[in-house]
Amino acid sequence: MTTAIHVRGLTKRYGEVQAVGGLDLDIHTGEVFAILGPNGAGKSTTVEILEGYRKRDAGEVSVLGVDPGQATSAWRARVGIVLQTANDAAELTVRETVRHFARYYPHSKDPDEVIAKVGLTDKAGARIRQLSGGQRRRVDVALGIVGRPELVFLDEPTTGFDPEARRQFWDLIRSLAAEGTTIVLTTHYLDEAEALADRVAVIAKGRIVAEGTPQTLGGRATASARVTWADGYAETDTPTALVRTLADKYDGEIPGLQIVRPSLEDIYLDLIGDAQ
Amino acid sequence: MTATLNIGLARASLETKLFFRQRDAVIFTFSFPIILLVLFGSIFEGDLEGTGITVAQLYSAGLIGAGVMGVAFQNLAIGIAIDRDDGTLKRLAGTPMPRAAYFVGKLVSSLVLAAIEVALLLAVAVFLFGLELPTDVTRWVTLVWVLTLGLAGAALLGIAVSNLPRNAKSASAVVSMPYVLLQFISGVYIPFTELPSWLNDVAAIFPLKWMCQGLRSVFLGDAGAALELTGSYELPKVALVLGLWLVGGLVLCLTTFRWTNRGES
Repeated sequence: MTTAIHVRGLTKRYGEVQAVGGLDLDIHTGEVFAILGPNGAGKSTTVEILEGYRKRDAGEVSVLGVDPGQATSAWRARVGIVLQTANDAAELTVRETVRHFARYYPHSKDPDEVIAKVGLTDKAGARIRQLSGGQRRRVDVALGIVGRPELVFLDEPTTGFDPEARRQFWDLIRSLAAEGTTIVLTTHYLDEAEALADRVAVIAKGRIVAEGTPQTLGGRATASARVTWADGYAETDTPTALVRTLADKYDGEIPGLQIVRPSLEDIYLDLIGDAQ
Repeated sequence: MTATLNIGLARASLETKLFFRQRDAVIFTFSFPIILLVLFGSIFEGDLEGTGITVAQLYSAGLIGAGVMGVAFQNLAIGIAIDRDDGTLKRLAGTPMPRAAYFVGKLVSSLVLAAIEVALLLAVAVFLFGLELPTDVTRWVTLVWVLTLGLAGAALLGIAVSNLPRNAKSASAVVSMPYVLLQFISGVYIPFTELPSWLNDVAAIFPLKWMCQGLRSVFLGDAGAALELTGSYELPKVALVLGLWLVGGLVLCLTTFRWTNRGES
């Protein structure tokens, strides 16, 4: 397994505020990696350092084998960035914009194919101003992938989407991942991380507080389960045994039975709560 | 180098297209001097102090200068402040686009807009107010170098000034204020003979006064020289001051340009 992103001891201060304090991170080639964390945890700062937008104070950073602090245009051609809040080029059409950006890259994809891939063929001739929020983000993705990048950064890509648009957007991300593109995703939505990511890291107070697959993050797979029934509830590490006892007690069907493992959200809130 | 130029030209065509699709920008920067020329030319008639020079001639020279400055300085400074605010610059900085291509695009599109602006202003002046175009080559040469130097200097100054507004919303206020003031003290609207000498001294620091002076030498001819404060158009000094602004503007751009909003780097 090769490494797309390697970070050791990353540190960044803004005046008195320590935004990132000794962060370590490894992201493998071809995986979808989600970075979670509350606002002000150092998530955006970290990602912007990886993208080559910000300078770090200390630490070792390698993205596709290159230090992004010394980014060259050859390196930029291998990295796609989908920004969080861009509303530029409103008066250009989708096709004009994607075609223009394709010119920046040495091995760009066919602009019309990219437009088709993000599902905007019907809107190719429309001005960007006329698009919905979800369609606008699809243009952002098109601009991020038109250069055939090996690595794509997606910064909170589905903020403000309705549920259906979010599902469609997830399918788009999955199809990118299926082509072997490494994807680094920051998000506030835990269901999004769970649906898309191979691995997840939680950043709080400028450090990684947990890292793992969405299924095992923070001991989720082995955490105690909450068993609820009509006359009571219990937290237990052995829910099966409890259910067997209850079944005996009720002599058959247990009224109102529910067994719930902590959701990714519960684990996440615990993790960032501990860090505060 | 070739790649930078090619992408720069592609950006220039994109920028020009974008400009004409933004109706408010077209009216704000582009048709403003034309409307003023029609207005002033219609209000003020007659000759100046028996020199045979019409007021319309005087305003043609002044408003061509102001128009070029509007396209280069005002439009660029506001446009770049908006680019910085709406994510255009950030997005571009994340691509392999050669950074110089952005400036090539801005400068070339300003050049195109300025050429159209000057042609329209001249057409209005000639057909509505009987402005006579110069007949000798020397004056055409003067017109070209004054406009080119003035445009380049004003454009670089505009790029540098785009750093001042905190965001896109404040940009037109922050940028238009000095531009409008400059027009009033540089002899565009009000004859400089009516200004106190200290205001004329202030105007002499900035490029617009010199651009207008060079343009008067083209359109008012030798008879108009007597109207100048020094009794001469001082063309070598015009070239010197505009050249200095070009160099100073370039230095300012290279040292102060930011690809993100303040506090984001």
